[in-house]
Amino acid sequence: MAKEHVDMSTPVIEMRNIVKKFGDFVANDGINLTVHKGEIHAILGENGAGKSTLMNQLYGLLKPTSGDILVNGKKIVMNSPREAIEAGIGMVHQHFMLVQPFTVTENIILGTEPLKGTTLDMETARKNVVEISERYGLSIDPDAKIEDISVGMQQRVEILKALYRGADILILDEPTSSLTPQEIVELIEIMHNLTADGKSIILITHKLKEIKESADFCTIIRMGKYIDTVDVEKVDENDLASMMVGRKVTFKVDKPEQAPGQVVLDVRDLHGVDYRGVEILKGLSLQVHAGEIVGIAGIDGNGQTELVEILTGLKKGTSGDATINGVSIFNKPPHFGFEHGVSSIPADRQKHGLVLDFSIEDNLILQNYDRNPFSEKHILKRDPIFRHASDSIATYDIRPDHSEKRPAGTLSGGNQQKVIIAREVQNDKDLLIAVNPTRGLDVGAIEYVHNYIVGLRNKGKAVLLVSFELDEIMSLSDVIDVIFDGQIVASIPGKDANENELGLMMAGGKKA
Amino acid sequence: MTKKKSVLDFLSENTFIHILLSILLGFLVGAIFLLIMGLSPEKAYGRLLDSVTNLKGFSYVVVYSVPYIVAGLSVAFSFKTGVFNIGAEGQFVVGAMTAAVIGILLPDVPKPILIPLCFIGSMVVGALWGMIVAFFKIKWGINEVLSMIMFNWIAFYLSNFIAGLPGIHSDGSAEATKNISDNASMVLSKDFIKQAGLATTANWGILVAIVIMLIIWFVIEKTTLGYELKAVGANKYAAEYGGINVNRSILTALAISGALAGLAGALQLMGMGRRISIFSSQEGFGFAGIVVALMGCSNPFGVFVAGLFYGALVYGGSKLNLVGAPTQLINVIVGTVVFFIAISVIFRYLKYLKRAPKSSAQPRKGDVRS
Repeated sequence: MAKEHVDMSTPVIEMRNIVKKFGDFVANDGINLTVHKGEIHAILGENGAGKSTLMNQLYGLLKPTSGDILVNGKKIVMNSPREAIEAGIGMVHQHFMLVQPFTVTENIILGTEPLKGTTLDMETARKNVVEISERYGLSIDPDAKIEDISVGMQQRVEILKALYRGADILILDEPTSSLTPQEIVELIEIMHNLTADGKSIILITHKLKEIKESADFCTIIRMGKYIDTVDVEKVDENDLASMMVGRKVTFKVDKPEQAPGQVVLDVRDLHGVDYRGVEILKGLSLQVHAGEIVGIAGIDGNGQTELVEILTGLKKGTSGDATINGVSIFNKPPHFGFEHGVSSIPADRQKHGLVLDFSIEDNLILQNYDRNPFSEKHILKRDPIFRHASDSIATYDIRPDHSEKRPAGTLSGGNQQKVIIAREVQNDKDLLIAVNPTRGLDVGAIEYVHNYIVGLRNKGKAVLLVSFELDEIMSLSDVIDVIFDGQIVASIPGKDANENELGLMMAGGKKA
Repeated sequence: MTKKKSVLDFLSENTFIHILLSILLGFLVGAIFLLIMGLSPEKAYGRLLDSVTNLKGFSYVVVYSVPYIVAGLSVAFSFKTGVFNIGAEGQFVVGAMTAAVIGILLPDVPKPILIPLCFIGSMVVGALWGMIVAFFKIKWGINEVLSMIMFNWIAFYLSNFIAGLPGIHSDGSAEATKNISDNASMVLSKDFIKQAGLATTANWGILVAIVIMLIIWFVIEKTTLGYELKAVGANKYAAEYGGINVNRSILTALAISGALAGLAGALQLMGMGRRISIFSSQEGFGFAGIVVALMGCSNPFGVFVAGLFYGALVYGGSKLNLVGAPTQLINVIVGTVVFFIAISVIFRYLKYLKRAPKSSAQPRKGDVRS
């Protein structure tokens, strides 16, 4: 990557030896960070490594216990984000802070409304918004309501909001965690437009690929400690991953050759509509055999969601059939599919996968609470439930230890996913449907999830993997089925797949 | 975390202390009103305390509190299962009327049969009253809070209508039903009451309340039914994904909650009221149940204590005019208490706001990253 846009002689942000303690817990332990004008600087670290703590100090939300923060060479002490904004720092949080029924313009000017006399000068506001949007290629409709626009667009509104307030330094906190691959490409383009204009960007992430694609420099934090700052061009993803987790990470999943067994899942000529009632599955057929991982590759909105909803009983299809070992599960309630061999890792683990207020032990029996050994004659048996949880926590490395009675909502995302995996794997069903099973997880957790999925396959289970991460599909699948416009348009052996060809087919190009 | 705890943290984490503080503030605000009226809070509250701390007074408190406890359990149960049974008022009314009709029309059925019959009748009708609302919600997605409020009024006018029917309406001049048969009354024998020096309406309803409290606790904590209902209440999507029939759970939850509210009505009638008046406005036992459930943190044992407290306020409040203080003072106190308890939600929200931006930045000590 060319670095001509980076003005190495002008550091805009310097954080020197930042220490932040919460009680006796040290969240940041001597961290240094220097960001120059026109630079994209990634902060890499696992979940909970202290990235957000560091950024919250830069944005005035937290005060460092010791250490200095310099903006444009001047030491400043910030008591609130207002002072950070005045210093030209803007932050786009992971969870957007937008008023849903308001228009884009209304959201952007909120708190800094321009006035004409005593009335709101909406015209000037709108003009300013359009001007900034065009300058950086944000292509935002200033009059659209937030509730009507996509997540990717909402994020751009947040970026625009920061720019509108005069930010020269943008902090983006996990900006890609809820974006589709296409939106990610567009975001990176926007980031480059911004730096070309002299803005600086701090990117908080644990996604290595995006760092390679966008960042100039990368600072790695592990367990609150400063590890290193590297020139992104000079390292590869493996180096970054090792520095982040502190050990060698293997991206290649060890997957022995094995011949698939009999058909487990058989979907024939499936038709279904989306939430608006528009037909989105248009005669989809696919098969998954025992001991085989079938990956569904496709751009979001081509029917993946509906396919999974129909297979897991959350939605009814209009016609067609789906069978597990010859038994039809088409248009049956969720527990019917479960009884006949379907387990699943749902796309939204906090909505469908877990009852966050429930303890871990109770979450682990979500499908089995009403049968032995967890209950008898409608009375729950707490001892076996607790023992089951203890065993699962040990076997599946759910952390922290002794968390049987802890609400699932207090766990980190990776450990929440482990709870679901522990539950679904122990259900020991013939088919596992896994939807974006590693979304939002860091590399250590991803490696873990992948090993379990492949382990199931090695034990002769059938796995249907739906994922927007093409890398994940390619590294795990025995067979890749490409979904486009509600049909499987190609089915190719996983080892023959290449990214370009898949990308073309996903976009509706020629069949293989 | 050894970070110094703020008052906010403390209050939002210690629900019990928060509730005690709310009650204290309720009395404080009540005292301010008394002072404005030129009355002595010391005298008024002293009277309040005196009236409930002797045997007779306390037996009145127990008698008064039974319907509040059971109505409170009804609402608390609905809270636990994710529905808000604001319709307890209507279920209470139809339950009481059902018990009255049975108790009036079948005067000669022996006591050991008639009393359970009244209980069962009131519970069945109360359950149905709740289930109709649940059915509307499931079938047509009608917001249960709206339909419950409407059903409260339907119950109210239905009760007034039935109370006016020939055969039910009092033969005398009273705008009320006849008295229920002695066989349907739970009041203890007159001699015993006299000897022991108890309240004239002393009855064994409190035993029923205790049994119901234990059953509800058992169902919520120990059974698969409780697990299902709580799961649906906490996250219906995950519950459905896990194979729980969400619609059936909502129906069951409101049926049980309705049955309890109906039973509360029967207990009030058979223990104290003996007859049902034609009212010009809602009596509010069911609404009081909401207050009691809130004060009791929806915990069955907490609700029991809160119900006794509420009963004490209502009974003690009726004696306030002896010192020249208005009985309505109790409403001021209760209103203030509920207000401050409701604020706990705001405390939690404030804490959330304070923490939210740094939520991922503050792993608990000992939390190991995934």
